[in-house]
Formats: sequence, C-alpha cells, structure tokens
Amino acid sequence: MLDIITNMLSMCIPFSVALLLASIGEMFNQRAGVFNLGCEGVMAMGAFIGMLIPFMAGGGGAVSEWYNLLGFVAAAVLGALFGLFFGLVTVTFRAPQGIAGIGLQMFGVGTAGTLFRHFVGGTQSIPGIPDIDIPVLSRIPVIGDIFFSHNAAAYLAYLFIPVAWYILFRTPWGLKVRAAGTSPRAADSMGINVSRVRYEALMLGGALAGLAGAYLSIAQAKMFSDTLISGRGFIAVALVYFGHWHPAQIMGGALLFTLAQTFQTIVQSMGISFPYELAVMLPYILVIVVLSFTSRNQITAPTSLGKPFNREIRT
Amino acid sequence: MEDKIRSLRMEHISKRFPGVLASDDISISVGEGEVLALVGENGAGKTTLMNILMGLYQPDEGRILINDEEVRFRGPEDAFRAGLGMVHQTYMLVPNMTVTENIALGYKAAWKPFRLDMKAVRDRVVEISSRYGLAVNPDAYIWQLSVGEQQKVELVKTLCLGARFLILDEPTSALTPQEVDELIVLLHKMTEELSIIFISHKLQEVKALSNKVTILRHGKVVFSGNTDDYSSQEIAAKMTGHEIILPKNSGSPSDGPVALSIKDLVVMSDRKTVALDHLSLDVRAGEIIGLAGVSGNGQRELAEAINGLRRTESGSISFFGKEISNSTPHGIIEAGMGYIPEERNVEGIVPSFSIRENLILKDSDSPQFSKGVFLDSRKIESTASSLVERFDVRCPGTATAAGSLSGGNIQKVILAREIERRPKFLIAVYPTRGLDMGAVEFIHQKLLAIRDSGIGILLISEELDEIMDLSDRIAVIYKGSIQRVLSKLEATRERLGILMAGVREES
Repeated sequence: MLDIITNMLSMCIPFSVALLLASIGEMFNQRAGVFNLGCEGVMAMGAFIGMLIPFMAGGGGAVSEWYNLLGFVAAAVLGALFGLFFGLVTVTFRAPQGIAGIGLQMFGVGTAGTLFRHFVGGTQSIPGIPDIDIPVLSRIPVIGDIFFSHNAAAYLAYLFIPVAWYILFRTPWGLKVRAAGTSPRAADSMGINVSRVRYEALMLGGALAGLAGAYLSIAQAKMFSDTLISGRGFIAVALVYFGHWHPAQIMGGALLFTLAQTFQTIVQSMGISFPYELAVMLPYILVIVVLSFTSRNQITAPTSLGKPFNREIRT
Repeated sequence: MEDKIRSLRMEHISKRFPGVLASDDISISVGEGEVLALVGENGAGKTTLMNILMGLYQPDEGRILINDEEVRFRGPEDAFRAGLGMVHQTYMLVPNMTVTENIALGYKAAWKPFRLDMKAVRDRVVEISSRYGLAVNPDAYIWQLSVGEQQKVELVKTLCLGARFLILDEPTSALTPQEVDELIVLLHKMTEELSIIFISHKLQEVKALSNKVTILRHGKVVFSGNTDDYSSQEIAAKMTGHEIILPKNSGSPSDGPVALSIKDLVVMSDRKTVALDHLSLDVRAGEIIGLAGVSGNGQRELAEAINGLRRTESGSISFFGKEISNSTPHGIIEAGMGYIPEERNVEGIVPSFSIRENLILKDSDSPQFSKGVFLDSRKIESTASSLVERFDVRCPGTATAAGSLSGGNIQKVILAREIERRPKFLIAVYPTRGLDMGAVEFIHQKLLAIRDSGIGILLISEELDEIMDLSDRIAVIYKGSIQRVLSKLEATRERLGILMAGVREES
C-alpha cells in the first residue's frame, strides 16, 4: 500500500509541471487584464515544435541534449509570438477576449495536428530528457522518490515559482502589470503605457504556455499526438481563478489537480472494480466543485480583467 | 527641487470643439501662495480649461506663462515636468495595491532594472506626508481607506511626483462635511509652499479657501475678483446668471398617519458587520424626515433594507400597516414606495437605455404603456416628452442614452420617474450630491411640493444645509441607530454636528 501511495505522489511533481507553467503564464496575462482561453492551442503548438526539433535531429533515435533545449526555446519563442498575435487582436483591435481565445485554441490545436501529420506522420517517440537523481537527497526513502528524482525541467519549473512571485510583486514591471489589470485608467494617468504592458504580459504568458506544451511532449510523454494536451490549457485557466492570481496558490491548485489525476490512473491500473469513466472524470469534477466554492475575493482580483482599455471612453 | 512657481497665467485661451466654443478668450492668473477658485455650473468649461493647462488638449488660441515665460505642453508629461499636478475628480488609484505601491507606479526614480526600490518610495511618502501634514499610512491598501483618506493619498501622490502647483477638480464632491473641513485646513497649510487652482461649485468652500475667484459661464469669464469682497449670494448669482434662493420648508408639522414605521431593525453590511443596530424610526405622511449623519453609519443599508434590496436579520418595517421587510423589491414598489437611490448612474438608471426607456422602467408591464405583450411606443414617447419638459431635463431628445446626460439631468429623469408614479412614500438618498446650484434648487422645490401633497419623505443626506432647509424633523443616525430625533425648531448646526459625532445628549 505504501508503495502505491509513494508511486502516486512521486508522479505528482513531474506531471504537474505543464499545468503549473501554463497557469503561471495565464496568471501574468490575467494580472495585466487579459484572459487567454487560447492557452490550449498555444500549448499544442509548443508541444509540436518542441517534439519536432529533437525528432528531426535524431530521426526518433538518440539525440544530443542541445536539441531538446532547442525544442524548448523554439516552443517559448513560438508561444511568445502567439501572445503577440493575441495582443494584436484583443489589445489593439479590442476584440472580445473570450471569443478570440476560443479561436486561438482551435487554430493552435488544429494547426499543430496538421503539421504533425505532414512532418512526422504517425506516432513516433523521442528519447526525451532523463531524470536526475539529486545526490544524497534522492536516496532518502520515500521523500527521495517524491521530491528528488525528476527531470531537470521539472526542477526549473518549480524554481520559477518564487521568481514569478518576485517579478509580480517586487519589480517595476510587475507593478505595472498589476495596475494595468486592475485600474488601467489610473495606470494611464501615471504615464504607463497600458497597451504595451498588456502586450508584454501576453508574450510572457504565451512563452510559458509554449514551454508547458514542450514539457508535455519532450519530458513527459516523449511523443506528440492530437490529444496530448487534452484540456490542460483550460484547466490552467481555471487554476488561475482557483489560485487567486497568486503563484503559490496556483502551485497548490496544480498539485491538487495532478494528485486527483494520478489517483485515477492508479485506481485503473490496480484493477479495482470501479468504473474507469468515473475515475477519469474525478479531476475535472474536482475543479468544478472547488471553483464553485472558491470565495469571490474582489480584493486580489484584477477587476478590469476582460475589459479592453480605451482612454477615450469612460465607463 | 526645481524653481518655485511664482506665477502662472493663461492668456486669451480659446478652444473650439465641433459645434461648441468650449473656451472663449479666457484669461486667469495665479500668484505665489494664492488659491484661485474656478467656479461655474456643470458644462461651463472649467474642466476643459484645466485639461488645456495640463496638456491634455491643445488650445486653438492663447498662451500659458509660468514665471512670465511662455510654455507649451504637448502632453501631461510636459505639464508634470513643469511642476503642475492635478487631482482628478475620480481618483486614479489602484485599489488592490498599497499606498506606497500606488505612488511607486509614477515614481520612476525608484525603478531599478530588476528591483523596485520600495524603501525609497516609502521614505518619500513619509517625508511628503509629514511636511504637509497629510497623515497617510503608507502600507494600507487603498480599498481599506475611506474616500477622504483616498483623497489624501491622491494629494500625497501628486506632491511626491514633484508637483509645485496643484489643480484640484471638485475636491470635495465625495467627502463628508467633516472631511471637507479637514481638507480646507490642510489646503490652507499647503499654500505656504505652493499655489492652488480648485474647481468647485460649492460656494461655502470657495469662501473658506480661495483668495481669488474666477467665474465661468458658457465658456466665458463672467467675473473675476477677490473672494473676500463678495458674499456667497453675489457669487452664486454671478455663476447662474440669476439669483438663486434655495427653498425652505415653512409648513407646519404634519399630523398625518404614520406611513413608514421601522422597529428594532438589524441589518448586516457587505462586510458582515452590524450596519443597523436595532434602529427604530417613524415617518408620517406629509412630512420630510431628514436623516443626518456621517456617511457610512448605516444610511445605505437602511435605504436598501426598506426597498427590499438587502436582507434584514430581525426587526420590522411596516408600510401603512403592512409588513414589508424581506419582501421582493417588486412587491415594495407595488405597495407604493418611491426610491431615489444613492448611485444614480448604477442603481437609478440603466445608462445605455434611452431616457424614455428609463422613465418607464418600473412600469414596463403596466397596461398604460403596453399593448398585450408589446410596448406601446407612442404612449411611451408622449409621456416621456411631457416629463422631459416638465422636469426641465436638458437633452437632445427622449431617445438619447440616459448615461450620456450630466448628473443633474440624470437626477431629474429619476425624480420624474419616481414622482410620476404617484408613490405613497419617497426615499431620497443623497439626492443632490455633486449637482450644481440650479439643479439643487429644482430638486428641492420638487421635494417640498411632494411633501405638500401629503406624501412622506425620508431624506438621507450629509449636507446639513439641505437637511435643515427641507426637513420637518431631523433624525441623527450614528453607528446604525438613531441618536435622537429633533424637530425643525430644535435643530442647529452645532447640535446636529455633536450628535453626528456620536455624543449622546442628556435627555
């Protein structure tokens, strides 16, 4: 029994990384006042490009680690470009953000699938990146498996959480982002270029979503398929609300969701007579239930979320 | 620190907008340590002139001189750099950030590449607030502060960012009387170091604060002079172009039946604290009861509870003998309650609806305005045009969006709707807040006329003059219960002020 629980918990950290990166990215978007429902599509594109580069380099066989890194970088750049494009649509042309996001999601998922069939064809795996056992620490029983035997990208993603907090709460740019998402008019009156800040946040958010996708294909699944993302982009958006736009709370949400997911895979693999359809639903039901009971805290919320800013129009 | 601004002059400023001459050859001047009051009714061109001064608009003609040198502002940044700072009527603060963070937003000296030097900002805030006697807590979040405190933050912010000349756009429009007094003292002290232009249409403050007054009407200067040489009445007459005499309630006490009877009412606030603490109050038909008190003592919750917009915990509200607490708003409206809500743009009208739609909001399903399931647009239009005329709503037509009207005209639309329904009772919450003298006069006349027709009114206001002019009896509310009810004859400003501050009288 202990084995099963350890096994479950040790899957938690590596499996939560994609969600975590995507929702931290989405947090920056929303803190600046724009929500990007297209997260899923950006992740799909990131996953595709991230897998394509090491696959082309090695033909599916062994490949230098540098190609994996190149895959991540390409995914981040592509994600940032998607963010830029989304900024053009929602900030400059002030299109309704929800509709634009759904469009971006469909575009990203569809394009990634089409390009995949063109360049790769069928299911092909890549070597991916290895787990690193941290000396000494990884040999601690139980704890070592849970915390200290993962791939490098997972460690880096978790190290990014305090960095994200610092950026948001301790740098001039973070201050501008928070002001732009809550009181753009006040920010404007202080000489801050609200549109520019929103573009920047969308590009950062897009880059993180791209990285999240690349993590799925390079580090987690070590392959690409049309259903690789399977709703994680939307869950990431939900986790931002769940986590009250705060990095630490978002991390908690990502871990909780992943725990529910690993729980259901283990329930299935143990062959307990439990309808697997219900088990698969569990994490999603959890998100809905938790979101329904999350307090609507107007104090931390970026109150101008979803509202295009136009200096000339008073609301 | 750069040079002091010893003098500022705007000379022969003209500005045309399509179809209007918003500024017509206006000249003003302010010297060192002076306070100039820029007075005029809504739409007289005060804000346009200040926007020109701040570089938001370019004048078509005329020039601006600081210390006798001509300056040109291409944008607000240029005006900041020259040392001008403006506090807008609606505050430009981010509610979920602290005072220090809000100021850091504009304090570029603290912006290091990867770090915000919060200590430098904080030091600056502390220095400025002690120098000018503006007590603010640098670590408080804006949402925690009252309106008066937020205004101090705005002043500190403007000064921190280097303002050596202040422009205040209707600084008192959202403040309680106590906060106004405090602000006047503060600004007086600040004139030792800088000069101020303030926009206002409240003559009391103009008298209390300014050395010089310039009155604008229809984009023109109609009068300029030393404040001390003229009385409030003279200034008011010059502002409106005719003499304004606010009407007074001179009727005898009503002996009508009790229309609204509130007993031991307990209601919670939004923050789940007790807002009304066993409040009891009776209002008769045909009398105006003025509810005096510093805002935030339960006035909003009382009005909402009576109108079914807020749940009551215990106690009773009886309306002509019928219990209405926790009824639906619709039921209460049907019972004959009229309501002029506090937030006229949010609760009083649907801003995107036309004037005529707003006028029938409460009667859209009455046979008077509908044929079967369809609205009868002809009847609606004829009723609306006659109301617009009778209530002197200045608008291009009844199809105009109500939200595009000025505050005074919006209030007239609401008043027309509520009165025309012939209610049995009226609750008026801050009915003249932020309105100019002409509109105030009109609304006061209407309220008194309703009273004389035998309808009871609960008038909630923080303007003591308004309460004393209109009320038959005055109830003072403090921390959610009624301190005392005084008759018109017993009430003096001093006595009300003491009661409003929470001091109990020996009775």
